[in-house]
Amino acid sequence: MNVNPVVYGVLFVFLAPVFGGLLAGMDRIISARMQSRVGPPLLQPFYDLGKLLQKNARQVNPIAEPLLLGHVGFMAATGAMLLGGTDLVFTAFVLALAALFLVLAAGSVNSPYSHAGAERELIVLLASEPFFILMLAAICKVSGASTFGGVLASPVWVAWQLPGMLLAFSFVATIKLRKSPFDISTSHHAHQELVSGLTSDMSGRLLAYVEMAHWYESAILAAFVVLFFNWAWPLGLGVFAVAYLLEILVDNSTSRAKWQLVLRSSWAVTLLLSGGNVLALFLLK
Amino acid sequence: MSFFSKSPWILHYDASSCNGCDIEVLACLTPLYDVERFGVVNTGNPKHADILLITGSVNERNIEIIQNLYRQMPDPKVVVAVGACACSGGIFARAYNIQGGVDKVLPVDVYVPGCAARPESIIDGVVQGISALEEKRKISA
Repeated sequence: MNVNPVVYGVLFVFLAPVFGGLLAGMDRIISARMQSRVGPPLLQPFYDLGKLLQKNARQVNPIAEPLLLGHVGFMAATGAMLLGGTDLVFTAFVLALAALFLVLAAGSVNSPYSHAGAERELIVLLASEPFFILMLAAICKVSGASTFGGVLASPVWVAWQLPGMLLAFSFVATIKLRKSPFDISTSHHAHQELVSGLTSDMSGRLLAYVEMAHWYESAILAAFVVLFFNWAWPLGLGVFAVAYLLEILVDNSTSRAKWQLVLRSSWAVTLLLSGGNVLALFLLK
Repeated sequence: MSFFSKSPWILHYDASSCNGCDIEVLACLTPLYDVERFGVVNTGNPKHADILLITGSVNERNIEIIQNLYRQMPDPKVVVAVGACACSGGIFARAYNIQGGVDKVLPVDVYVPGCAARPESIIDGVVQGISALEEKRKISA
């Protein structure tokens, strides 16, 4: 059966929030169990989203809402383009654009917490986005294809060719999933030094957009893992699940790092692991 | 359908509490009581909160802060006064710097008695706060 990849792109727009929301619900339950608590129901993130949509939104700067709609819209577009058959490296740039909209929205208000969060989010982008471009370019190079479907159909086993890249990805994913110690720009937990960081001035549906975008982002990261395990995509999702469990463990056992450490460690790890991986491929050929 | 009863986010403010009630509020988050079971989140941010939980009596210096926090919360919102001091000024009621209970400066929806208030009664107060939240939502909708 030959399905047009656009169908997968459209399906992503509708199903990714369900995936991301359930993932967030499981995350909260597992986190609670690690702290010997029972934790909220599985559907709690959806209840939270529903409530945020019903609550009044305090608009500090009216430009924030269109910017946040851009954030969630481009995040959905990234996933849709990724599965819909667009060039892989191009989707990395759209992902960066989506993230930039959030920074602009956080910077459009007067709160110093929001500004500090926005500046840190830029640092986080600097730590993670160049790696995604390098990673997708390397995947295209080894598989000889430039689209999601093409990589899945490729006879080359990507993870065997790029194990260092996969390890570096798991490091960068901690940043992207906003997990401690790299949750420097914003966090769900109170009693952090920056409280809510860049979401400080977002309320009601504005905060709901940020949540939705994060769910899309989790689904995009899962899709990236599937690219590595292109010979059996369910294996990719399984590896993503195991990696996510480890992320929760790290999240619960570390405290927030300073931005210098985030930037330096991510550049050091990604340069050594992914650069070394690419270099080794060239030399061994 | 309303989601307020399933996702009440709380902002906790210590007015001039002796920390007795504050410790009991934090005890609600610990494994023994675990209020996150009911979707309760202790946000540190008034703009994300639905319920303002105040411990301790109101003094001259924090009236403005309490009113500011309340004004920053988006509607619908409720105020829960936790402990004898937040309800009436308590043992400090006649001190020179004390105004009295939280209801001197804000419309309080739920009073939780006790010195210190027990975690069980704080959770009970939050649950009653949720039904007040539901009513306010119906009025504003």
